[in-house]
Amino acid sequence: MTAPPAIELSSIEKSFGTVRAVRGVSLRIEAGTIAGIIGENGAGKSTLMSILFGLYHADNGEIRIGGVPVRMESPHDAIAHGIGMVHQHFMLIDSFTVLENLVLGVEGGFLLSDGMAKARAEVERLSGEYGLSVNLDARVSDLSVGEQQRVEILKVLLRGARILILDEPSAVLTPQETDRLFLVLAALRERGVTVILITHKLREIMAATDRVFVMRQGELVAERRTVETDPHELAELMVGRKVRLQIDKTPTHAGSVVLRAEHLRLVDGRGVPLLDDLDLELRAREIVAIAGVSGNGQTELLQVLAGMRAPTSGSLTVCDRTFDIRRPGDPAGRRAIGLAHVPEDRLRQGLVAPFQAAETSILGYQDEPRFNPRYFLDRPTIGRHCRDLMERFDVRPRLPRLRSSQFSGGNQQKLVLAREMAQEPKVLLVGQPTRGVDIGAIEFIHRELVKARDRGCAVLVVSVELDEVLSLADRVLVMFAGRIVGEVEPAGTDERRLGLMMAGAGA
Amino acid sequence: MRPTRGPLPRWAEILLLPLINIALAFLVVGIIVRIIGVDPFHALDRLVLGAVGSPESIGYTLYYATNFIFTGLAVAVAFHGGLFNIGGEGQAYIGGLGCGLAILAFDRYLPGWLMAPIAIAAAALFGAAWAAVPAWLQAWRGSHIVITTIMFNFVASALMVYLLVNVLIAPGSMTPQSRDFAPSGELPALQGSALNLSILLALACCVLVWLFLWHTRWGYALRAMGHNPEAAHYAGTDLKRMTLLGMCLSGALAGFVGVNELMGVHHRIVLDFPAGYGFAGIAVALMGRNHPLGVVFAALLFGALQQGGAELAFDEPAITREMVVVIQGLVILFSGALEHLPRPWLAVLLPRRG
Amino acid sequence: MDDLAAIVFLTAAATLRTATPLILCAMGGLFSEKSGIVDVGLEGKMLMAAFFGASAATLTGSAWWGVVAAIGAAEIMALLHGFACITYRGNQVVSGVALNILAAGLTVVLGNAWFHQGGQTPPLEQAGARMLPIFFPRAGDNILVYAALASVPFTWWLITRTRFGLRLRAVGEMPLAVDAAGISVPLLRYRAVLLCGFFAGLAGAYLSVAQNAGFSRDMTAGQGFIALAAIIFGKWQPFPAFGACLIFGLLDAVAIRLQGVRVPGVGEVPVQFIQALPYLLTMFLLAGFIGRAVAPKAIGVPYEKEH
Repeated sequence: MTAPPAIELSSIEKSFGTVRAVRGVSLRIEAGTIAGIIGENGAGKSTLMSILFGLYHADNGEIRIGGVPVRMESPHDAIAHGIGMVHQHFMLIDSFTVLENLVLGVEGGFLLSDGMAKARAEVERLSGEYGLSVNLDARVSDLSVGEQQRVEILKVLLRGARILILDEPSAVLTPQETDRLFLVLAALRERGVTVILITHKLREIMAATDRVFVMRQGELVAERRTVETDPHELAELMVGRKVRLQIDKTPTHAGSVVLRAEHLRLVDGRGVPLLDDLDLELRAREIVAIAGVSGNGQTELLQVLAGMRAPTSGSLTVCDRTFDIRRPGDPAGRRAIGLAHVPEDRLRQGLVAPFQAAETSILGYQDEPRFNPRYFLDRPTIGRHCRDLMERFDVRPRLPRLRSSQFSGGNQQKLVLAREMAQEPKVLLVGQPTRGVDIGAIEFIHRELVKARDRGCAVLVVSVELDEVLSLADRVLVMFAGRIVGEVEPAGTDERRLGLMMAGAGA
Repeated sequence: MRPTRGPLPRWAEILLLPLINIALAFLVVGIIVRIIGVDPFHALDRLVLGAVGSPESIGYTLYYATNFIFTGLAVAVAFHGGLFNIGGEGQAYIGGLGCGLAILAFDRYLPGWLMAPIAIAAAALFGAAWAAVPAWLQAWRGSHIVITTIMFNFVASALMVYLLVNVLIAPGSMTPQSRDFAPSGELPALQGSALNLSILLALACCVLVWLFLWHTRWGYALRAMGHNPEAAHYAGTDLKRMTLLGMCLSGALAGFVGVNELMGVHHRIVLDFPAGYGFAGIAVALMGRNHPLGVVFAALLFGALQQGGAELAFDEPAITREMVVVIQGLVILFSGALEHLPRPWLAVLLPRRG
Repeated sequence: MDDLAAIVFLTAAATLRTATPLILCAMGGLFSEKSGIVDVGLEGKMLMAAFFGASAATLTGSAWWGVVAAIGAAEIMALLHGFACITYRGNQVVSGVALNILAAGLTVVLGNAWFHQGGQTPPLEQAGARMLPIFFPRAGDNILVYAALASVPFTWWLITRTRFGLRLRAVGEMPLAVDAAGISVPLLRYRAVLLCGFFAGLAGAYLSVAQNAGFSRDMTAGQGFIALAAIIFGKWQPFPAFGACLIFGLLDAVAIRLQGVRVPGVGEVPVQFIQALPYLLTMFLLAGFIGRAVAPKAIGVPYEKEH
C-alpha cells in the first residue's frame, strides 16, 4: 500500500469580497518531495499556501495531512500538524542572537540556561543534518539575508516540521545564496521532509523541484513532473493566452530623448541591489511599458526617477537637466521641470486619505501661484480645478469636498491620474495605472494615456498586468532582478519569450 | 473586551464621545467626593455656580480659559503635524521669560501700544525657540520628541528658578520675582477680575491657526505630513523643515500663556505661572479634536472647572484646591487615554457609517 | 586624610540614600519600557505609593503595612495604565501624564480629608511606624536601601536569564514575532506593568516611611522623571541605569553642598544647573552626542492583531 500524500487539497475556494483569489484548487503533494508552485502576481499561490498554514480560512474545500482530514484554524494548528512556513518578511528580532530567536516560545523551562543548552544541541544536530550552518551566538542584525533565512528554516525545523512552505525564498537572495538554499532543500528532501516552494522564478523551479504546479488567476492550470517539462512550456502556461484589450492607437514617431538614466544602482541597507546597473531612455511621444513580476525593482525605479529616493550611483538626466544623484530626493524639483508621477501605491503616496478631494487634487502642486494668489490658498479656484479634473476624467461622485477615502479605488486612481496629467507634463511616470480599477475606467485611463502620448508626452508605465503592457506600449522593457533584461515589440510578441524574460530565464 | 475600531457617525465622534468621556470622568469625581464625605450633587452645584454664577466668576473662568486656549492650540497645531508636544509647560515658561525680559528692558521708554506688540512677539519668539531644540533633535537626530520635550520642561523650570533668584530678582525683594512692570507693560484688565486683553489675543490666535492650517500651503503641508509623511514627501515637502515649523508655531502659542499671566495678571515675572496649563493643553486639544473651535469649547470647560473647583474648595473645607487637579487628571485620562472606552457600546447603539 | 575619607564616605552614603527611590523606580520602569509600554507615570505611581504608605503606617502603626499599602496603591495605578494602554490601546504618554496629574491632586485631596493637615500626613513618631535603619557594624541603612541595591541584579537576572525576560524583551522589539510564536502579548505586557508598579510602590514607600517621616505634598519632586532619564541614559539596561541613578543621586546630594562654592575657572555653580544636569545629559545622549541610546523597537506602539 502506498503511503498517503503528505498534503492533499480538495476543491479549495477562497474569496476576498468580490475577488476570487482561489478557485476550486485540488492538488496532491507526495511526502519527501519538493513541489513548486509558480504563477504571476495575483495567481493565488500565496493565498493557497496561507490557507494551508492556517492564516486564512478557506470558504470551501478540504485539507488532508498524511491522509487525515484536518481543520486549520490558525498557524498553531498547522504547526501542530508539522507544517512550518518561512515567510517573505522574516519574523526575527534583530537585537537577539540566533539562538534566542530560535527558542522563543519553546524555551523549555523558566530558567533559560537549561533549555537553551538543550536547544543548542538540537539545533546543532539539525544544522549538521541539513547543511544549515549558522553562528548561534551572532546577532541577527549582523547576519546576511541568506543566513537569516537559514535561521527561519531552523526555527521551523526545531518545532518539528515535516512539511516546509517557503514563500518566494529567493526574492532577497543573491544567486550564490539561492544555490546554497537548493542544497539545503535537497538535504531536507533526502530525510523525508516535504518542501513546497512558492515562486515566480523559472530557474528555481527547474533546478530544485520534483513537481511543479502552475497557477493562473486563482486556478491550477497545469501540473507537471519537472523533468518532463521545460521553461518555455511553463512560461507559456504561466502567462497564458491573454485576450488583448483593443486600444485605438495610431503608430507613433518618437521624438527626442527627454529622460536618460544610466548605470542606475540602488543598494539597500543590507547590500542587496534593488536596481542593478539599469539603463533607460524615454523619448517624447512614446509609451514605454515595463513588464515584470512585482518585486524586481520596478517600484524602486519609479521612486528614483520621480525623485523620491536617491540612487546609490548612476546618472539621471530629465529634460536636459542632469540631477546630482548624491543629493537627497526632491520630488518638487522634478515637478518643476515637467515630470509628473502617479505612484504605484496611491493610498500610501498618491493621496492623503482624510483630505478632501479638492485638497488631494493639488497634492504636489500646493505651492503653485495659481493656487496661492497672495498668501492664502485660493479655495474657490482649487475647488474649480478639482471639479474640472473630475469632469475630464469622469470621477464620481463629483464632490470636491468629499473625503478622498470615500471614493472608490477606481475613482481615486482617476483623480490622481487627472491631477498629474492635467499638468501637461513632459514626462509622465505611472505605476500600476489600473490596479483596483473597474473595467470601464480601465479603458478610459488607457485612452487618456495614449492621448497624453499624442500630445508629446513621454510616458513610462509600470504594470504587472501583461495585457495592459502589451496593448498600451510602443516599446516593452522587461525587468528582472533590478535590471532591464530585454526589450520586445508589443505587436506580435511571443508570450513565451516574454514569460521567460519575466521569470529570469533569459531572452 | 476587544474595543471595536469601526467609525461611528461623525456627530458621535465629534460631540457624543467627548461628552461621554467627560461624564465618565465626573462619575469618578463624584465617587471620590463621596469618599471624602461630601454630597456629590451639592458639590456639582457649587462647582457650576462657582464657574458661571456671577460676572466675577465668569471673568475668572474666561481668564483661565485664555491659558487653555493657548496651550490647547499649541498641542493641536503640533498634532496636525503628527508631533506630540508635551513641552507646553516649558514653552509657556520661557515664552513668559521672553515677554518679561522685553518689558523689563523697554517699559520705561515705550508707550503701552508699542510695548505690548513687542512683548507679545518676544513671548512667541522665546516659546518657539524652546520648542525648536526638541524639534531639531527629532528631525535631524531622531531623538524622540516626547522625551526631549519632557526633559526640557524640567530644564526650563531650573533655568527660571536660577534667573529669578539670582539675576532678575527685584532689588531688596525676598521672594524670587522681578520688579514690577511699568504701566506700559501691563495689559488692561476687566475691573476686579483677572480677565484681560489677552483673551482677544487668544481668539485672534484661533482664527490665525484656522487660517494657517486650512488656508495656507504650509498648513496644508503640515497636515499632509501628519496624516501621511510619505505622501507629504511625494508632494515635495521637506519633512525636517516642516517638523521644525510645526513645533515652533506650537511653542510660540504656548509662550502666549506668559502674556496672559505676566502682562495681564501678575505684572512681573514670577515662578510657576505655567501651573499645569501645558499638560492640560493636551486634554484640551484632544477634546477639541484639534480644531480651533473645539479647542475654544474645551478651554471654556477647563476654565470653568478650574474656577468652579476653586470656589468649591473655598466653600467646602473638606475639598481642597487640588480637587481641580484631580478633575483635570481624570478628564485627561478619560478623554485622552481611555477615549475609546465607550466605543463598543456606542457602536451597538448607533448605526455604523460608511 | 581621615577627613577626606569621612567626606567621601558620607557623600557615598548620602548618594545611596538619594538614589534609592531612583533605582527602584528605574528598575520598575525598565520592565515596562522593555515590554514596549512607555511609562512617564513613574512619578505618579511613586507619589500615590508614598501617600498610601504613610497613611497606612499612621493608621496601623506599622511600617510594614505601610509598605504593603504603598505597593497596592502603585499597582492599582499600574493596572489603570495597563488597562488604558494594552487593552484599550490608548495613547501611552497621555495615560502617564493623566495619572501623574491625578496622583498629584488626589494625594492632597485625600490627605487633607483624612488628616486635615493641608495635604500632609501626620509625622510617623510611633515606634515601628517608621522604618529604622538596620545597623551593621560601622554602617547601616534602611532595608529598602538594601532592597534597592538588590533589585538591580535581580532585574538583570530576570531579564536576561529567564524565559519571562526573553519574552519580555521580544515583545518590546517585535510583538508580531511573539504573537506568531503563540505567546499572549497582552498578558506579557500586563505582567511587565505590574512589576513596574511593585518597584515604584517600594520607591514610594521608601520616601514617606523610611527616608522621611511621613508624606508631604509633591514629595516626589520629579524623581520619577529622573528615573526615566536614568533608564534612557542607561540605554535600557539594568546596570548602566543603576549607574546613572548613582550619578544623578550624587548630583542631587552634592548640589546643596556646592552652593556658594567657587569652582576654579567657572565661578559659582548654580544649584539649579546641577538640578538640570540629569535632564541635560539625557538630552545630549538622545542627540547622539555621547553615544547612541536605542529604545526597544516597538515601544509606544499599541499592538493590534492583523488577522
